[in-house]
Amino acid sequence: MKYMFYPGCSLHRSARPYLDSLAAIQEKLTMELQEVEDWNCCGATEYMSVYRAPAHALVGRNLALAQQQSNGSDTVMAACSACYLNLEKTENYMRTDEELNNKVNTALAEGDLHYDAGSIQVRHLLDIIYNDVGMDRIKNLVTNPLEGLKVAAYYGCMIVRPDVNQRWNSPEYPTVLEELMEALGAEVIDFPMKTHCCSGHMTQISSDVAYELIRRLIYGATHYEADILVTLCPMCQLNLDAYQIEMNNHFDTDYVMPILYFTQLMGLAFGIEPEELGIGREFVSAKQALAKIGAPVPDEVPEKGKPRRKKKKEEGLPMPQVSTRFNGGSK
Amino acid sequence: MNTTAEPAAPVREGEAATAEPSFLRWIENNTPGDSRLIMCIQCGTCGGSCPSGPDMDHSPRQVFAMVRAGLKDEALSSNTPWYCVSCYLCTVRCPQEVHITDIMYTLKSKAIEEGMAQVDAAKVWSETFIGYVEEYGRSFELGLATRHNIRHRPMGMTRAASLGVGMLAKGRIDLTPQVIEDVGQLRLILWKAKELEAEQ
Repeated sequence: MKYMFYPGCSLHRSARPYLDSLAAIQEKLTMELQEVEDWNCCGATEYMSVYRAPAHALVGRNLALAQQQSNGSDTVMAACSACYLNLEKTENYMRTDEELNNKVNTALAEGDLHYDAGSIQVRHLLDIIYNDVGMDRIKNLVTNPLEGLKVAAYYGCMIVRPDVNQRWNSPEYPTVLEELMEALGAEVIDFPMKTHCCSGHMTQISSDVAYELIRRLIYGATHYEADILVTLCPMCQLNLDAYQIEMNNHFDTDYVMPILYFTQLMGLAFGIEPEELGIGREFVSAKQALAKIGAPVPDEVPEKGKPRRKKKKEEGLPMPQVSTRFNGGSK
Repeated sequence: MNTTAEPAAPVREGEAATAEPSFLRWIENNTPGDSRLIMCIQCGTCGGSCPSGPDMDHSPRQVFAMVRAGLKDEALSSNTPWYCVSCYLCTVRCPQEVHITDIMYTLKSKAIEEGMAQVDAAKVWSETFIGYVEEYGRSFELGLATRHNIRHRPMGMTRAASLGVGMLAKGRIDLTPQVIEDVGQLRLILWKAKELEAEQ
């Protein structure tokens, strides 16, 4: 199965483990990925906050390049939810809004490019794994089932909403990722927050808003006794992982909820070494959780029992304490 | 950006008196596809669904009422669009299928154009982000975070720096930007698109 691949900026940087784990499992899934050459940033949620038509021209260049380089596949796959949505939205609006289509193509013509709306299908990696590879094939590939690992399946927002092309079974309660995790042998916990927002770029704009949204998700996963929260979006992973520490400082809590990409768990279940899957690069170490399935993780972990719930208020005068709450990736 | 030609569109109340299209019409025309803003029934499902609703000056419903009442300055100076986290929960729940999140983007860009953007941190974050995109063709996280934190969160620099060091140690951030090959082509495209937008 051949697809064009739009990695996006995050997969090359903060979400490198996502790219590495995808690269590690791609062959087993018989996915052949052809990267769109010289792709540019999709603009995230920023470009269209400042400019309207130019934001679509920015994405339009990627669509035009994909159309031009298309060789055996008209599908562009994105693994980042924001990239996926931006590509899908621009494709859709160029198809349905003639004026916008004209503007974008007039702009693209300046760079000797053109995009014929409707000629590219935009799909998310999870959609392709679930629908094209299929659960039967996945089950056959599992050599190290994730038995005993309790997983909270977290989607975030932009993969299932607004779902321009109706690809998912629900914008609020999708079940695809749960099915995939079960196929890997994991125990999927009930996680009602599964499509709630991770706070997106609010970590940079309003810490109060951001930390509260992050807290709700980490609290939810902890409350339902997940060992690990699995995600499919670089922004969600970064906010819930790197900012979990900041959030804990903000609320004086000591949650420890490791956040991994679904592709990393797929790799583990397929018997691939954790290091090859980028495991160990997360801020909140997954080592302890993954010890349950006997996966050796190249990282140090704090000496702790189960992930602790919210710390009780201490009575009396504050006493100096040596913080052992987070490993924070420290050596 | 409706495909409907302007003269054929029905004249709405309050619009006939001026030659300028109403603010409502402007927002409709400059939001891609059919925004369905006019269909809002003021039910409040949007505000009730919004994760950052409590921090907004006005619920999305109220902002839409302002737009429809022609209260342009009030709508553009509200912090509401800037606290939108783009989660699209309101959009999929709206019984009238109003493209709420898309309208928030239109309001943000218009507020910047008119110099009325209220949440400086959000506006500058967006502008800094796109500055790097226009310079390199790709986002540059290290430069972005550094510039933003120095300007907007100097007190939080120590923590931000320690996060950055952690990112570096884990190979999750680059010290230098990635630059696309044909950044010149990208700029030609973007400048032309900006020109077309300014003509509107």
